[in-house]
Amino acid sequence: MRKYILKRVFSSLLTLFIVVTITFFMLRAIPGGPFTEEKVIPQFVLDKIMNRYGLNDPLYIQYFRYLWNVLCFDLGPSYRYEGMTVNELIAGGFPTSFMIGGFALILSLLIGIPTGIVSALKRGKWQDKLAMILATLGVTVPSFVIAALMVYVFAWHLGWVTVGFWEGWTTSILPALTLAGYPAAFISRLVRSNMLEVLSQDYIRTAYAKGLSKYSVIYIHALKNAVIPLITYLAPLTAGILTGSFVVEQVFGVPGLGKFFVTSITNRDYTTIMGVTIFYSALLIGFNLIADVLVAFIDPRIKLK
Amino acid sequence: MYDPLMFMPISEHDRAETEIIRPSKTYWQDVRSRLRRDKLAMFGLAVIILILFLAVFAPMFSKYEYDTQDFMEANEPPSLNHFFGTDMFGRDLFVRVLYGARISLAVGFLASFISLFIGVIYGGISGFSGGKTDDVMMRIVDVIYSVPMMIYVILLMVVVGSGLKSIFITLGISYWAPMARIVRAEILRLKNEEFILAAKVMGASPKRILLRHLIPNAMGSILVTLTLSIPGAIFTEAFLSFVGLGVSAPMASWGVLCSDAVSSLAIYPYQLFFPAAAISLTILAFNFFGDGLRDALDPKLRK
Repeated sequence: MRKYILKRVFSSLLTLFIVVTITFFMLRAIPGGPFTEEKVIPQFVLDKIMNRYGLNDPLYIQYFRYLWNVLCFDLGPSYRYEGMTVNELIAGGFPTSFMIGGFALILSLLIGIPTGIVSALKRGKWQDKLAMILATLGVTVPSFVIAALMVYVFAWHLGWVTVGFWEGWTTSILPALTLAGYPAAFISRLVRSNMLEVLSQDYIRTAYAKGLSKYSVIYIHALKNAVIPLITYLAPLTAGILTGSFVVEQVFGVPGLGKFFVTSITNRDYTTIMGVTIFYSALLIGFNLIADVLVAFIDPRIKLK
Repeated sequence: MYDPLMFMPISEHDRAETEIIRPSKTYWQDVRSRLRRDKLAMFGLAVIILILFLAVFAPMFSKYEYDTQDFMEANEPPSLNHFFGTDMFGRDLFVRVLYGARISLAVGFLASFISLFIGVIYGGISGFSGGKTDDVMMRIVDVIYSVPMMIYVILLMVVVGSGLKSIFITLGISYWAPMARIVRAEILRLKNEEFILAAKVMGASPKRILLRHLIPNAMGSILVTLTLSIPGAIFTEAFLSFVGLGVSAPMASWGVLCSDAVSSLAIYPYQLFFPAAAISLTILAFNFFGDGLRDALDPKLRK
């Protein structure tokens, strides 16, 4: 077991290293430096700027310096926000995004798992059909459309919430609900198909044969095995919420990291783009690692594959 | 013991019984008939064909161009003159949604075909070679998998620059990883089958085995992955354009139309409704068709 964990930790670090390398060289490959602007900057000013950010050094020195800085958790200064480091920018935006994302994940589990169970138990009946139509809609309607609809209905027509400015957790309900749409649909489909598979297995028949009640067979014996595979989808789900946050934060005016990332792209703030990309990838690789180790603990069969 | 009765010719009647009356069906004929019975899949296919047809031909018969501006008719609600109304520049939204369909479908198909091409070759080589080559190639795919796909796409868009052409390229070179995995798994499954052994014994070259025997037999899974990756590409394009990284005005992709409409949503909700409905309907149709295709190709998988 320890060997397996070590191996996974090592391969995660290797992946992160490759991500840092690729990101670095990709952004260096863009024609024109980060300070190429329509406004003509005098050569000596440009030289000074380039020197300050170390952009006149040979590429490999810049690369190793960046790598070392990343190892020290230092993502460098922002090119656009004077006097701010990328670390500070992430520290400013991430807590908000994390709160909304976490809220969305919990919501999607609370919606997805029960719907999945109900539609598996009522397979083919109207409950199942309704749940699966909703789930299909959840996967097919883009997040920006759901976001816009939420704003239209709840903020403008019903006037229940305010949108456009940020004041704590009450304004986070709509963004979280929007973000939860896709994962909830995904989870309910997954739980449904897992539940159907588990319910047809021999040990369920044995449990019934022993005379256990329907309740305990379904909620104690079957549910556990139907929900475990969800852990493997932790990372893709997080990725989905993350991607969704780019749009959702923009539509709702949430000052989170997702909105910030999009702004830094339109601003061509290369160090910030690079830093946030690495941060997001590290987050996802971390979730992948946690999921793999958790699953290996809970279900030793999976490790063997 | 010799019994002459055992060596009598069988009667006409008995012979007729063993004869195969119906023409035998090939695997693909079977698939087609199963697919035809799947109502949802047929609905999906009909919608796809309808949208394709409208996207290609309808703008030719419209009196408006996608970028014709007419400020006298700005923000008109849907009417007989403008089926979907007009936007803030007085551009006809019906034509713009149909132009959006052209862009979105082109992105969907082209990006998927590029990723199909890369994925099949990559996965084919990886699965067929096996051993160290396979290990290294699959490690690379694992690395690609562990980076959030959208971030990878955005990063590439930053490097290549926004615009329609870069969307084709970016999506094409981003989404081949799932295809490569699936093709590799199929090849690994097939390569120890007896018909491959037979081909080897008859002296077929590895290239011929891969191209003529392995890949055609993996075609089912490849087709399903292809159909299901088209809505993914359409979705991503809409997303990128919405955020402002994709196609830009006056070109009309569905993402651009939605993004334009969001700012005036409170007053003119119909401007969002039509492009949003178009995206959702298209993605839904491709998903239905893809799911149906998967069930038709392998009925055992049906749940």
